[in-house]
Amino acid sequence: MRITIVRLISQIFFMGLFFFFCFVTQFSYLKGYPVSIFLEVDPLVAIATAITTHTLYQGLVWSLVLLIPTLFLGRFFCNWICPYGILHQFTGWLFNRRTITENIESNRYRKIFALKYYILIGMGAAALFGSLQIGLLDPICLLFRSFTVAVLPTLDMPTEWFYVRPHVHQLGWVVGFLLFFLVGMNLVIPRFFCRVLCPLGATLGLLSRFSLWRIHRDTVKCVDCDLCLQRCEGASDPHTNLRKSECFVCFNCIDDCPHDALSFDFMPDLRGEVTGPQISGRRAVMAGLIGALSFPFSRRSGDVDELFKKEVVRPPGSVAENEFLERCIKCDQCIRVCPSNVLQPAMLEGGIEGIWTPIMNMRTGYCELNCTLCGEVCPTGAIQKISIEQKLGLGQYADMGPVKTGTAFYDRGRCLPWAMDTPCVVCEEVCPTSPKAIYSREVEITNRWGEKVVLTRPYVDPEVCIGCGICEHECPVQDHRAIRVTAVGETRSKERSLLLGMAGASDGCCGGGAKDAGGGCGCSSGKQDRSGLLQIDLSENA
Amino acid sequence: MERREFLRRAGMTGLAVAGSGLGAGLLHDTRGGGQFFRDAQVAAAKVLPSFAVDRGANAVSMAIAHGTDADAMVRAAIGEMGGIERFINRGDSVLLKPNVAFDRAPLLGATTSPAVLKSVAALCREAGAGKIIVADNPINQPEGCFFKSGIKAAADEIGAELILPRNSSFEEVRIDGEVLGTWTTFYEPFAAADKVIGIAPCKDHNLCSGSMTMKNWYGMLGGRRNQFHQAIHGIVSDFPHMVKPTLVVLDATRVLMRNGPTGGSLSDVAVGDTLVVGTDMVAVDTYGYSLLGRDAANLEYLHKAAERSLGTTDWKRLNWREIQVG
Repeated sequence: MRITIVRLISQIFFMGLFFFFCFVTQFSYLKGYPVSIFLEVDPLVAIATAITTHTLYQGLVWSLVLLIPTLFLGRFFCNWICPYGILHQFTGWLFNRRTITENIESNRYRKIFALKYYILIGMGAAALFGSLQIGLLDPICLLFRSFTVAVLPTLDMPTEWFYVRPHVHQLGWVVGFLLFFLVGMNLVIPRFFCRVLCPLGATLGLLSRFSLWRIHRDTVKCVDCDLCLQRCEGASDPHTNLRKSECFVCFNCIDDCPHDALSFDFMPDLRGEVTGPQISGRRAVMAGLIGALSFPFSRRSGDVDELFKKEVVRPPGSVAENEFLERCIKCDQCIRVCPSNVLQPAMLEGGIEGIWTPIMNMRTGYCELNCTLCGEVCPTGAIQKISIEQKLGLGQYADMGPVKTGTAFYDRGRCLPWAMDTPCVVCEEVCPTSPKAIYSREVEITNRWGEKVVLTRPYVDPEVCIGCGICEHECPVQDHRAIRVTAVGETRSKERSLLLGMAGASDGCCGGGAKDAGGGCGCSSGKQDRSGLLQIDLSENA
Repeated sequence: MERREFLRRAGMTGLAVAGSGLGAGLLHDTRGGGQFFRDAQVAAAKVLPSFAVDRGANAVSMAIAHGTDADAMVRAAIGEMGGIERFINRGDSVLLKPNVAFDRAPLLGATTSPAVLKSVAALCREAGAGKIIVADNPINQPEGCFFKSGIKAAADEIGAELILPRNSSFEEVRIDGEVLGTWTTFYEPFAAADKVIGIAPCKDHNLCSGSMTMKNWYGMLGGRRNQFHQAIHGIVSDFPHMVKPTLVVLDATRVLMRNGPTGGSLSDVAVGDTLVVGTDMVAVDTYGYSLLGRDAANLEYLHKAAERSLGTTDWKRLNWREIQVG
């Protein structure tokens, strides 16, 4: 069997695997599938997060599985495994109307192909300061995000295959058309994204410098027909001085050479090769400077601290915001797996650094109490893998209390019982804590017609509220809810805490005072009951 | 210009002119006035048939069973009602409607007990029922609710079909109730069923005080349900008008005494060891409300329903049975 056929089988397999993992990244099908594996083997994710956090989080060690073979073989990932690369190659092939000569011309190396290295340098410089931006263009992150935010919701519209209740994603059209544009560019420049923009390709290109196997051209046999270029995926100039950093190891050139002048050799003579990426020092410095400056410019815009926006309610288990920006790769796996659609890709809510990171929008969903799937799939620990016990503050976590994502506040000018003498309290009904964080008081009022009416008016107990947002989600004041959850009071940040008792006062979450025997704040008598709950939960579900 | 060419080109233009005129004429809407959309919706609304079975005036219409074995209680109570064969015919498709509103473990009492659902399903199977359907439109995420409540596992075990509330499962249904005129309803399960059995837990409710067999039908509605709270008693009393089930089962094996309807703590749950089967939802709920330790005289929706002759709060005047099982 020809090696290019083997490659094709590999591509079909990995594309299928990617689709499969994309599909099963949801409550009913997740089971134990390693759905994050494509992100975990991604060396750019591993290296960049290692730069920002000085650690290699959990499964990211799998990146060695890709990195080490790259050191031997070169950028084989780009044309054997990468699902985004496969999508580009397939699109380019499907719509290719060029003649052989035009194909040869379209596959010659161009200076613009060095852009990806400058992009990588810029992102690397930002990462040195703790701002992780590789996810904007990393192909796996980009493709997963595009599927989550645009492709699957589109496919779901006629089929209802992916959601029970349809999911919406803010500015999905931006992500959708960006995907359309990047894929469409294959008609202009074949493998446009891979050759010009891909920072992962650039990383692998740099690593290729060391590879032992390379395409070798026998200059005696070669008749300079350039036919090796007609299907050259990487535009790596196999017809002359090979650019190993651009070579996707697709083997098409070997296939296409009518004179058997090309071969994949062990340690071929490096003379006559362009061994590393061709980048200019001045441009590299400029790219690095832009990347480095992006850090103070964005951080001193205040979005992480003084000017943090109330809308930036992060999923439960998220680390503090500055660490979150060191870890989140914007792959949007969490958004994909979220069963309630509460997670949305941010635009500028979290500042320029937070684009496409997950934030909770209570109009589209709410945080399901007994769910920690977002942390489960997060490959980098931006959302930590917390247990239900830890999330709810049960058992050994009782002293720490539940993980709060924010706090709910009433807008009494919009609340029906508060402003309009109309019964409601849906918020109290759906509040999932026990005792409920939302409680109500009955008041007798005289309405505008002079009649005595008894109304039930709701209040929030900030000690018990976990910021799940189901109150806001179910509030009938649809456009601008009468109860809204904002980030203040979130567990992950002491700076954003609300109550003294929660800011680390010695008495734990009660702020000292024990409440009534009917349950209290979850720190008194009610706690005993709840700590037993998890076992019941697990045994019932087993 | 040749005559032929002239005729061809003039003819084409003429056809285009005629086509434009015809198209505009066909599409021209002279109504306006705003209300016609709603009228069309009402005209297209479906009507739910009655799923009740006529068993004569003196048939037992309520059976209360006490005990600890859910299966034995279900069998004994339905036995007192004359046996399942009186309700389910061979080949019937039966819709079982549990309350799976929340993502909760069964012991928390916020959802219908899977054991009770399974027993009812098994009885239907024994009576020769064909397809058994389980459906609900939960407040929380449907898949999570069915999974964590144990209802999915129970349905799988008995070979019942789970219908999830997808957009395409909903239809506008004409209710003509006190509050509900037409409403977006989870219609697909009703359409597929010959008989309907509601199986509701017995729960405290923050707004309407009690959630039992009547309130259970809330879970078959869609749309803007969060407006119901503005007239909750009117809404709940519309349910026995909207749905005429074959049977209802009140699962008070556990009773959610407080922090309802969500519960969330074992300290909110009391052991009820009771199961009520009946054909009169108002009667069953009047009895059930006493299990919450409350006086039915104060539960407004029961009286609203009784006033509309949708059932009786004076259940002792019915032909009823009470038995101890085991």
